Amino acid sequence: MARMTMIEAVRSAMDVSMGRDENVVVFGEDVGYFGGVFRCTQGLQAKYGKTRCFDAPISESGIVGTAIGMAAYGLKPCVEIQFADYMYPAYDQITQEAARIRYRSNGDFTCPIVLRMPTGGGIFGGQTHSQSPEALFTHVCGLKVIVPSNPYDAKGLLISAIEDPDPVMFLEPKRLYNGPFDGHHERPVTPWSKHELGDVPEGHYTIPIGKAEIRRKGSAVTVVAYGTMVHVALAAAEETGIDAEVIDLRSLLPLDLDTIVQSVTKTGRCVVVHEATLTSGFGAELVSLVQEHCFYHLEAPVVRVTGWDTPYPHAQEWDYFPGPARVGRALTEVMEA
Amino acid sequence: MSDLDRLSLHVPEPAVRPGGQPDFSNVKIPKAGSVPRPEVDVAPEDIRDLAFSIIRVLNRDGEAVGPWAGLLSDAELLAGLRHMMMLRAFDARMLMAQRQGKTSFYMQHLGEEAVSCAFRRALRKGDMNFPTYRQAGLLIADDYPMVEMMNQIFSNESDPCHGRQLPVMYTSKEHGFFTISGNLATQYVQAVGWAMASAIKNDTRIAAGWIGDGSTAESDFHSALVFASTYRAPVILNIVNNQWAISTFQGIARGGSGTFAARGLGFGIPALRVDGNDYLAVYAVARWAAERARRNLGPTLIEYVTYRVGAHSTSDDPSAYRPKTESEAWPLGDPVLRLKKHLIVRGAWSEERHAQAEAEIMDEVIQAQKKAEIHGTLHAGGKPSVRDIFEGVYAEMPPHIRRQRQKAGY
Ligand SMILES: Cc1ncc(C[n+]2csc(CCOP(=O)(O)OP(=O)(O)O)c2C)c(N)n1
Repeated sequence: MARMTMIEAVRSAMDVSMGRDENVVVFGEDVGYFGGVFRCTQGLQAKYGKTRCFDAPISESGIVGTAIGMAAYGLKPCVEIQFADYMYPAYDQITQEAARIRYRSNGDFTCPIVLRMPTGGGIFGGQTHSQSPEALFTHVCGLKVIVPSNPYDAKGLLISAIEDPDPVMFLEPKRLYNGPFDGHHERPVTPWSKHELGDVPEGHYTIPIGKAEIRRKGSAVTVVAYGTMVHVALAAAEETGIDAEVIDLRSLLPLDLDTIVQSVTKTGRCVVVHEATLTSGFGAELVSLVQEHCFYHLEAPVVRVTGWDTPYPHAQEWDYFPGPARVGRALTEVMEA
Repeated sequence: MSDLDRLSLHVPEPAVRPGGQPDFSNVKIPKAGSVPRPEVDVAPEDIRDLAFSIIRVLNRDGEAVGPWAGLLSDAELLAGLRHMMMLRAFDARMLMAQRQGKTSFYMQHLGEEAVSCAFRRALRKGDMNFPTYRQAGLLIADDYPMVEMMNQIFSNESDPCHGRQLPVMYTSKEHGFFTISGNLATQYVQAVGWAMASAIKNDTRIAAGWIGDGSTAESDFHSALVFASTYRAPVILNIVNNQWAISTFQGIARGGSGTFAARGLGFGIPALRVDGNDYLAVYAVARWAAERARRNLGPTLIEYVTYRVGAHSTSDDPSAYRPKTESEAWPLGDPVLRLKKHLIVRGAWSEERHAQAEAEIMDEVIQAQKKAEIHGTLHAGGKPSVRDIFEGVYAEMPPHIRRQRQKAGY
């Protein structure tokens, strides 16, 4: 075991995977010599050579398109999109190509690529460095979508993603890169080294894609969250003293519906939390599933707590995404309903 | 304020529209045999001319002349003729099948047969094409079973794509044919990625990307050139300039100056233009580019100057946007007739044998069609299972898709 930040855990996952399988290649803007703007790939070029970890031109469509070609050849590209916000030039390659190559060729060609991308706000990135585009991907059949919330999961899930035979979108909440976040931006960041989930095995291990994890047991209300919001939900439960069960989805597609249904059936109440915009966000999908599968167990309407339906603001980011107070209000509301 | 006139937008227009006299005076055609053949390791800046000229081998008398001639034996040329005739007969039957409602849609190759048929013969087994929809000749010249192509077009129970793909969107890893996308240009950069992978693995196989003149305007075309030149990928980047992108003439993607091949020059990629209706020239240039790729000298860009004689697809009516007689006025002739004439001049073929071969080939295609139709056509006979809708989205079916399949009753 070693103490790792999420950045180190992500790097370790690539390192372990490159060491085990020489078909794994890592590339993207600035990832080679420099090690990426968040240093997630630092040292990989020195260790594996510049044909297995290299810098790419600033052309997201080119990066993803060439990764698809490499995958068709038999490599396993693990690509970094510098920020999730810059995935859009490659959207066509991701949604119309990568996602469908297996289907349209009846398995003659496959697309085992991983697209890693720093996601979400909380680092004063403004509109163009803070987006949470997961719903754009969960709507696409053929992709898998993962959002880890801690170093331990990040490493195990990323190794699973690299070993997965299908294209995986790996959204890394950059607010969690260096430590967990409980929604209190005025407090100093607690580093991952003080957190049990910062204890990460150095070698190979995997976490299955499609399995959620219950982060806090409770019986009064279920909070469904992922990524940064898992920590905010935990803080809200502590601060309100409400006996909330907090589910960390980890994988949005495929989704662990059983865990959600079991929990809501037990608690009869549900709050869904995410950082992305409300309208047509992934929360809408979660709420539909809960009402479809748990309707007769529900004691209150299901409530969503999300970012606002506006572009991501720079100066007011702490007012933009949900903190423990907003989640706490929602918890109180459903308890009183 | 200045005394300059107000600005106005320039919108390019083709030389003539329906009702006018076809005019190809803007297509400058050098004499066959007149363009030099450089060594494959030539510096790209020393052959900039080749991006503006047109490499031709067959002259008007049906003779093969100049430095790009002499690469193919009689037997190989006869095989090439046969492939082109097969493709033409295949097109004719499938076009008719579409009109009979046996499939929803078809795209033919009339006038462009030499491009894909000759190109395939310059590749080796294991090389990979990333084609668009008008390169079925790559499959035919690699002896892919025609019945399978028809099964795909008919979306019947034996369709290798299980009815999921639009007709003519074939796939065959074994025959070096990447699954076709309906989204234009996406495959161009994927070809570069495949070639990069081959180089990363120190393999000997090369890739080829395919694009139409209209689609060169897509950003993926430019991304592909960036990646190909940056990493010197062992890839052949093909542009099929058949003059038309549906109703839009090639000047809209290109503007009024330069050539499509010349787009490679800014990237330092050797760029050649070739007579796309000359089987020998296409083969010679493709082989030159393949040798460059195999000798680790990097990418080559090739523009095939040709003409789309037929409609863009079965949904198109070209008489609405170009003179009906334009294809006859096309100065580079018909690829099948030119190769036929050459073989006759060589003493390896005759009018009688040609007529006989035509009949035999049509018969072969009809037999293949009969075999395919046993398995059904789009609206009649055997169909892929509804179960196939749900299969193959992922390697392993996730629970939500399984639930939906059960709901659908399968
Ligand atoms: C991204 C995208 N935009 C538009 C279309 C619709 N479309 C299909 S074929 C075509 C014209 C292509 O012309 P060109 O590249 O010259 O190829 P050609 O058909 O002449 O061989 C268009 C616009 C498409 N399939 N994909």
